[in-house]
Amino acid sequence: MPILETIGLEKRFGGIIAAQDVTLAVEKGARHALIGPNGAGKTTVINLLSGVLKPTAGRIVLEGRDITSLEPHERVRLGMARTFQINQLFLDLTPLETIGLAVAERLGAGVDWWRPVGSRSAVTDEVVEIVERFHLADVMHERTAILPYGKQRLLEIALAFACRPHVLLLDEPAAGVPEAERHELLATIAALPAEVTVLLIEHDMDLVFSFADRISVLVNGGLFVDGAPEEVARDPRVKAVYLGEELVERI
Amino acid sequence: MAPLADDVAGYLKRRARWSAVEIAFWVFAFATIWLLPSKHLILTETAILALFALSLDLILGYAGIISLGQAAFFGVAGYFSGLVAKYGIINEPVVALLCSGLVAAALGFVTSFLVLRGSDLTRLMVTLGISLMLGELANRYSNITGGADGLQGVTIAPIFGKFQFDLYGHTGYVYCLTVLFICFVIARRIVYSPFGLSLRAVKGNALRGDAIGIPVKWRLVAMYTVSAGFAGIAGALLTQTTAFCSLDVLSLNRSADLLLVLIIGGTGYLYGGLIGAVIYKFMQDWISTMTPQYWQFWIGLILVVIVLVGRERIGAWNEGVRAALARLVAHLVARPAVLGSAAPDRN
Repeated sequence: MPILETIGLEKRFGGIIAAQDVTLAVEKGARHALIGPNGAGKTTVINLLSGVLKPTAGRIVLEGRDITSLEPHERVRLGMARTFQINQLFLDLTPLETIGLAVAERLGAGVDWWRPVGSRSAVTDEVVEIVERFHLADVMHERTAILPYGKQRLLEIALAFACRPHVLLLDEPAAGVPEAERHELLATIAALPAEVTVLLIEHDMDLVFSFADRISVLVNGGLFVDGAPEEVARDPRVKAVYLGEELVERI
Repeated sequence: MAPLADDVAGYLKRRARWSAVEIAFWVFAFATIWLLPSKHLILTETAILALFALSLDLILGYAGIISLGQAAFFGVAGYFSGLVAKYGIINEPVVALLCSGLVAAALGFVTSFLVLRGSDLTRLMVTLGISLMLGELANRYSNITGGADGLQGVTIAPIFGKFQFDLYGHTGYVYCLTVLFICFVIARRIVYSPFGLSLRAVKGNALRGDAIGIPVKWRLVAMYTVSAGFAGIAGALLTQTTAFCSLDVLSLNRSADLLLVLIIGGTGYLYGGLIGAVIYKFMQDWISTMTPQYWQFWIGLILVVIVLVGRERIGAWNEGVRAALARLVAHLVARPAVLGSAAPDRN
């Protein structure tokens, strides 16, 4: 049984169809990439999955449970977290506070209004682990607003990861990251624990083909092709709409 | 691993630790009980205003909710504490104070749902509208509130049956300052707790707050309720120390002045309301002895200057001063481990 499924998902904004009949199945533990040309509706799908948008038709099922009508924060509690294409961080907080906050929320300490954040060892232990995993230890006391872009991107993923998701939705994690900081970011993504299912939206084909074990192609709001990376790369229809010849030859 | 763990835990705790500047602030505040006995009446007003401004800082500085209707909670609790004293329903002032706070908090909870949605402007209008309605209700039901003449015949029993309120305001001042301090300690615990941190995060980015599992709506409701309770306690203190309550507790002026006080003091570091109240009250006292009728001219001028200096972040206009002060203290006391916490909350 897939860990995450969409059934006939559709989103209209007035007369514009941003997503139609998207039926997608993400297997447990998969590294699933969602690709497609600009405006194909990839971010719309992520927004529907995470609950930022409500679909006009269709259903979303997470681990056998229908979550279509749930609020974003409820979906997080059920085990699905996302990152954003454009950083959505708490600029006035430090990375340490940011991650501490997310961990405290998940452990149910978010309603604690009396004891300071750092007084729970369960929280601090986990914060330490995440800070190390995402290479943020050297900047953890800086204000998030002044971090280098690559570090902000890492924090963007670390923050979603701190929710301990079973399914992690990554919306163009490498977008805009300068070459010098890229390697660290890609290595961190590659090292995500195997038990976490990842659905990745990405433009960067190097990243997609090195990372994904399954690829879905979205065109004009609809699912176009779905399959293993080799099949997708060879599919002449995909070639026509999206991929360059050069890339296919490389694979 | 271990040093990093200590660093993390230490840092997350350290921010909540009391710094030398804060301790000095409160020692001085309590010292005024003996140092400035002739000023106790104005100091009482200042302490009440400070608590009222603290209540606004909790929602404006920490939750990003702007309000022009904080007087609603102040006034309702003010009338409530006056009425229970007048009719002998609750005689002991501290119990009456707590009940007044709860009444205001209940009103805050109910009205919080109206201010949750919408932009700053809608929030301003909704909060303003609620306090206007309450003001007019108090005017209409003058058989209960005394209307324009105010609530007459209120007598406040001694605190704990022991400490009688006196004409010079000595008891009243000690009482108000103590209540202010207790409320401040509670507010301080709140803002440094995970709950408070989640609110700061939501204020900065509600979209992401939702996306990491924070029930944004309920957090805002909770903070708005607490803030209303604090405002109510301030209103009840005013009634109890003056044995009187009139329509102006619900006036727009009171809410507008409050915003001014908080902006003078700066938002989002808890002391803004307190410092703002001291500056505001003493300027009022000082300028009005020189130009009794026109003192608000100078307050207006100061407001314009502050807004021009602070630009977009008017509540943070004195951030530079605060940071410089913290550095100075750190330099003087040279105990770096503890003094990390002397830096005022940057937000």
